[in-house]
Amino acid sequence: MAALINVPSKAKRGEIIEIRTLTSHIMETGFRHTADGKLVPRDIITSFICRYNGAEVFRADLFPAIAANPYLSFFTVAKESGKFEFEWIGDNGYSSTASASITVE
Amino acid sequence: MIVWRAIAAAIFLVTGPALLAAEIPPDARRSGYAFMGPDTRAMQDDDTANPGMLFVLDGEQLWKKKTGSADRACADCHGDARTSMKGVAARYPAFDKALGRPVTLDQRINLCRAIHQQATPLPYETRDLLALSAFVAHQSRGNPITAGDDPQLKPFVDQGRDLFMQREGQLNLACTNCHDDNFDKRLAGAPITQGQPTGYPLYRLEWQTLGSLERRLRSCMSGVRAQAYDYGSPELVALELYLMSRARGLPMETPAVRP
Repeated sequence: MAALINVPSKAKRGEIIEIRTLTSHIMETGFRHTADGKLVPRDIITSFICRYNGAEVFRADLFPAIAANPYLSFFTVAKESGKFEFEWIGDNGYSSTASASITVE
Repeated sequence: MIVWRAIAAAIFLVTGPALLAAEIPPDARRSGYAFMGPDTRAMQDDDTANPGMLFVLDGEQLWKKKTGSADRACADCHGDARTSMKGVAARYPAFDKALGRPVTLDQRINLCRAIHQQATPLPYETRDLLALSAFVAHQSRGNPITAGDDPQLKPFVDQGRDLFMQREGQLNLACTNCHDDNFDKRLAGAPITQGQPTGYPLYRLEWQTLGSLERRLRSCMSGVRAQAYDYGSPELVALELYLMSRARGLPMETPAVRP
């Protein structure tokens, strides 16, 4: 699925950087019914993980009240050049990944 | 008696011009963006926070993907959309010579699929159709709207204007009653805009997804308790055409974000 990641391409060592992520997902709550009364089964992202050169720096659990196409923004300290890896995990075996690289001077 | 008549006449003279719907002069036309709060504006302005851009990304993939029995992609004929599709959406709905009537961008995509790709049409409001039209319309971002300039479209623009001015539904309201006469006021808590279709298909927070102008028109129609026209009906296309010609000169914003 499409994802939009905003990581600064360059940062100074020790600088606090903001990371913003947006991903496609319907986030169906599991509380809605169709016109003929059937329950629409829940289909949401349940967790999000961000790894910086393999080490986990941010994790979030997501719940049915979170809007479609979840947007998450968080901060970390730029320590070394390398790669951020993002992973979204959800219902029905949903899994999606994205990555972005950073140069630390 | 005479006094009462004079008062009635005075009231009529004062309120008369306001009741007669006047079209908004060109320099007073404002996009729905101007009616939004700072948070929603920020969301639209930042391409990494605008959820509509997810659909644009999907549309870019579909643009390059071969499909149909002709096994051709949009890109095989149109090449790089950044140049070939620039300004195109700003003049849609456009007149189709073969059909002898205007077609919307969604209908043009499906005509292209049927004729050149020999593929099945994408149903209205499906993710793929919205993604493709968002991708195409995104190439016109910043371009001024010119739809309705083609003289062949004149009767259809007029039809759309008549529909815009026509009262309908159990609430007996015409589009013009809100969007020409009462913009800048509020309906419940929400601002009434001029109804300028500058950013379609757009991401509506209420919908939690991207939607077409036709979807927006249909939800206004059910709002006034009227029977909404079907997707792709000549009436909706005419309304869409009139609205675009009414927004002439405003820059395209696709994909816009609206509350």
